[in-house]
Amino acid sequence: MDYTKSELMTVNAARLLRDGDVVFVGVGLPNLACNLARRTHAPNLVMIYEAGVIGARPARLPLSIGDPTLVSGATAVCSMYDIFSFYLQRGNVDVGFLGGAQIDRFGNINATVIGDYDHPKTRLPGSGGSMEIAGWANRCYIMTPHQKRRFPEKVDFITSAGFLSNRAEREKTGVRGKGPLGVVTNLCILEPDEKGELSLAALHPGATVEQVKENTGWPLKVFDHLRQTEPPTSDELRILRQELDPDGIYIK
Amino acid sequence: MTKLCSLQEAVNTFVKDGSLLYAAGFTHLIPFSAAHEIIRQEKRNLTVARATPDLIYDMMTAAGCVSKVIFSYMGNPGVGSLRILRSAIEAGELEWEEYSHFGMISRLQAGAAGLPFMPMNQTAATSLEQVNHNIRRMTDPFTNKEVIVVPPLNPDVAIIHVQRADQYGNAQIWGILGEQKEAAFAAQHVIITAEEIVDEKVIRSDPNRTMIPSIIVDAVCLEPFSAHPSYTQGYYDRDNPFYLKWDQISETREEVKQWLHEWVYDLKDRQQYWQKLGEEAHQRLHVKPAFSSPINYGEY
Repeated sequence: MDYTKSELMTVNAARLLRDGDVVFVGVGLPNLACNLARRTHAPNLVMIYEAGVIGARPARLPLSIGDPTLVSGATAVCSMYDIFSFYLQRGNVDVGFLGGAQIDRFGNINATVIGDYDHPKTRLPGSGGSMEIAGWANRCYIMTPHQKRRFPEKVDFITSAGFLSNRAEREKTGVRGKGPLGVVTNLCILEPDEKGELSLAALHPGATVEQVKENTGWPLKVFDHLRQTEPPTSDELRILRQELDPDGIYIK
Repeated sequence: MTKLCSLQEAVNTFVKDGSLLYAAGFTHLIPFSAAHEIIRQEKRNLTVARATPDLIYDMMTAAGCVSKVIFSYMGNPGVGSLRILRSAIEAGELEWEEYSHFGMISRLQAGAAGLPFMPMNQTAATSLEQVNHNIRRMTDPFTNKEVIVVPPLNPDVAIIHVQRADQYGNAQIWGILGEQKEAAFAAQHVIITAEEIVDEKVIRSDPNRTMIPSIIVDAVCLEPFSAHPSYTQGYYDRDNPFYLKWDQISETREEVKQWLHEWVYDLKDRQQYWQKLGEEAHQRLHVKPAFSSPINYGEY
C-alpha cells in the first residue's frame, strides 16, 4: 500500500498513545496523530491545546494552535497561565509532542537559533510552550523528518531539554518529566538507551540501518533487538485521508 | 462615567512614542484594527510585547513603529516564519527579549498581581536563562530547592479586543482566553475594542463571563471585525488564506509598503477596511451560530 512520509510518521506517532492519556497537542502532524489515535485504539484520549483548551473535539482540521474549532465542543477553556501551571506544571499531562529544527544525540532540541544567539545566522521561532512540555510532561515524543542537518551530535542552543549530556544529568535537575521516550522519523523510531543516548530501536518498512546511519549526525548505536514497525493499515490511512486531512494539507 | 470614544482618540491619548505596548490575544481576538491605527498615527520607538508576535507586530515593525520586541514564539501561526521580525533581528536592526510561553505569561501574572516576581519550576533547559538575565534562579525558602523567577511585566498600554462590553468598559470574552485578563490587569492603561457595545443589563445578566472590569479600563471603542485576519469566536472565522498571503507579501519590502498603503494608510478606519475586504470575504468568514445552554443565576 502506498503512503507518504508524513502519513507514515503520523500513524507511528498515533500508535505510541495509550487510551486515557492526557496529551498536550501541537498543530500539524501531532494534531493528526492524536486525532487518529482517538478514532482508533484510544477513544478516551484527552486532548489539551496550549491555547488553553481541554478535551477538544475539533470538527475540522485546525490550521493554527488557536483555531476556533478547538473551542466549540471542548470540555473546558482556561487562560494560558492556567494551562501551563494547573495542567502542565502540576503534573496533569501524560504526553507531550515536540518538534524542532535540530535534535541531538541526547534528545535535546534547538528551536531558537542557528549560530550565535546575539548575532543569529538563522533566527528560528523560539520555545513557545516546548521548554515546559519537554520538562514537565510525563512522556515526550518527537516527530521530525530524518535528515542529517536535523540530527547534529550536539545542538548549539537547548530550547527544550532531552537528557542534557546523559540521563543522570537530567535526573539531577529534579525536573518532573521523564524526557523523550521516542523520536519518530520517516525512516525509523529512535529511543534513548540506559544513558539517554538516542539509538535505533525500530525500522519502518523498506528503510535500512545504513540509510538511518547516513542521515544521522553521530555514530548511531543500534539496539540488540531491532524492531520492525507495521506498515500503516488501510483503516488508519482512510481516517487520515478522508476524515482528518481531506485536503492533504499536512499529510501530502 | 462612559468611556466610549473613537479608536483614533484612544490611541492618540494612551499610546505614546516609546510606550511599552501589549496588544493581547493568543491567536484569537488579536486587535489588528488598533495596530493599524497606531501605524496611521506613526507612533515610534514602541516596545511591543506579545507571547506570539503574529502578523500584528510584523506589520507594525514593517511600518517603523517598533524598536524592541518581547516574545516567546515568533512565527506566523500555522504557516512558518514572521519574515519582517526575523530579518530585522538577523540584520541587527531590532532589539529583542525572549522567554518561553510560561515565562512570558508568568511575567504578566506577576505584573497583574502586583508581585515583585513570579516563581516557576525549572525545566532542565538552561540556554535561555544564559542569554536573558531576567530569567534567574533563587532558593525556595521552604524547601531550599532552586526555582526560576521572572520579573513583572507592566505594559504602559494594553489593547484588548472583546466580543462585548458596556460603555463603562466591563468586558466579556469567551473562546480562547489567552493572556488578555493578565495583560489588562498588568497594564497602566487599558483600551478595549469591542465587536458590540451592549447595555449594562446584558453584562449584569452574566457576570461570570466578565474578564475585564470597568475599574481598570480607560477607553472603550466600538470596532466590529477588529480582529481580522484573526478571528472572534462566534462572530467570524480566522482568515487563513490571508495568513498564507502575508507570507508572500512579506518576502519583499516593496510589496509590504504597497500593502500598508492600500490597507492601512489609505483607509480611515476599520469600517472602510471591512467594506474593502468585500462580500466574498464576508461570506467566507461567516460562522453559523452554536449557542451554549442558558444557565440560571436565580433571582434573590
